[in-house]
Amino acid sequence: MIKFKNIQELIALANEKKVAIYDIVEQYEAEVSQVPVDKIINTMKQNWKVMREAVESGIQNQDKSASGLVGGDAKKMNDYLGDNGKSYAGNMPLKVAAYALAVSEVNAVMGRIVACPTAGSCGILPAAVLAGAQHKNCDEDKIIHALFTASGIGMVIAQNASIAGAEGGCQAECGSAAGMAAAALVELAGGTPEQVGQAVALALKNLLGLVCDPVAGLVEVPCVKRNGFAAVHAMLAADMALAGIQSVIPVDEVIDAMYKIGLALPKSLRETSEEGLANTPTARAIEKNLYGKAK
Amino acid sequence: MRGVFDIIGPIMIGPSSSHTAGAARIGLMARKILGEEPLQATIELHGSFAQTYKGHGTDKAIIAGIMGFATDDERIKDALSIAVSSGLKYQINTTDLGAVHPNTAVIYLIGKAGRMTRIVGASVGGGNILITNIDGYDVELTGQYHTLISIHHDRPGVITKVTSILSKYKINIAFMRVSRKSRGAEALMIIEVDEQISDDVLEETKQVRGVANSFRIPPI
Repeated sequence: MIKFKNIQELIALANEKKVAIYDIVEQYEAEVSQVPVDKIINTMKQNWKVMREAVESGIQNQDKSASGLVGGDAKKMNDYLGDNGKSYAGNMPLKVAAYALAVSEVNAVMGRIVACPTAGSCGILPAAVLAGAQHKNCDEDKIIHALFTASGIGMVIAQNASIAGAEGGCQAECGSAAGMAAAALVELAGGTPEQVGQAVALALKNLLGLVCDPVAGLVEVPCVKRNGFAAVHAMLAADMALAGIQSVIPVDEVIDAMYKIGLALPKSLRETSEEGLANTPTARAIEKNLYGKAK
Repeated sequence: MRGVFDIIGPIMIGPSSSHTAGAARIGLMARKILGEEPLQATIELHGSFAQTYKGHGTDKAIIAGIMGFATDDERIKDALSIAVSSGLKYQINTTDLGAVHPNTAVIYLIGKAGRMTRIVGASVGGGNILITNIDGYDVELTGQYHTLISIHHDRPGVITKVTSILSKYKINIAFMRVSRKSRGAEALMIIEVDEQISDDVLEETKQVRGVANSFRIPPI
């Protein structure tokens, strides 16, 4: 029976059996769910198909959300990056940001997405994996492997901290998604299990304390654009880990810190839209306009 | 620990797992409980559902569920106009139910053959739901299991007879709850099980003396 209760144990299991993290995660899922590995892989392929379609449709999206607050920014970003030499950040970061905006916009306009780990953070992982796989010419098998590695990381974070904004703030949603995306990118690049762990630590550390303060209670502002930022963030974390940079604080201690920070965050900044950006004059005006009265 | 597909998944229509996907599942559950094609629906939204339903498409999602659409069905977005064209009359109201879960909806349905039902359901996070009341009976129904619901006369022996039928067919009970309006009156039994409930099982439970009706709901 395969068991792991933190990332260190996941890495140790992979090293001990001389396999990758995704192998351990696939075997774990097969044992727990009593479903053969090939079926589990097929389910992941279906998820990947939906993720890819969301990027492709989102990048062209011109629809606005029901509130009118978001829609059309992925296309703007994509058009801008095609305009060679204009940008500061360069092609790759802008591409991953455009992809993440795309999926998040599809979510906001009631399109089909894969929650990963949540709907509010659904753009980060597909964006990183698609942009990363295009860059490294990875086939679908490699992509599926990367998704299982990401999932294993998310499972540990959900167990030892949280993946719900209402419990842990946005660090639990976009933070976790960035950690998962960083792990996937290291896997796509053929990094070691240790480098996967380092990338997760680096990505999570730098999103700690992020609050969940959505304007008018909707998964739109700041969520959609934050997906774009967090995807770039994940890519930088993966590159740092692949360059051999190490987090001074080990990954499981970072996750533990994230959990405690979540507990310390006031309820007003955990998806209740009472404080933060949700309580700015502009946000309250938007809310009044949408619902006819202030909350 | 959660599974792989709790982290990457489910495939769903956005924007919110609780306010859209969960809402659709409450609607779908209401349809299954009615057990026939719904012709009329009245929906009351409470709390956060009432406040934010327009931005989250909660109204569309519940109507979509009532029409039988799954949580990943792209028609959810157009559910209100599809309802009009397919002859489902609906009404959406907001309400204050007091100290219940903030994402709660009350759904009244009238079906093609005249059956009526009233259910209360809450979307409790991540697309998970809890049906808390059916036709005045307090229940706890998640929609994650094959479920047998029976309405029976509250008297000794009925429950044993129904559960012994399940036992005979080697159906394992995961959760079970019995509620009644008053002693000796009509009672409701909800049994969530691990295996599929066949036609034979359903028919046998209907034959039990004291059982007025029983029906089954597949996992949604």
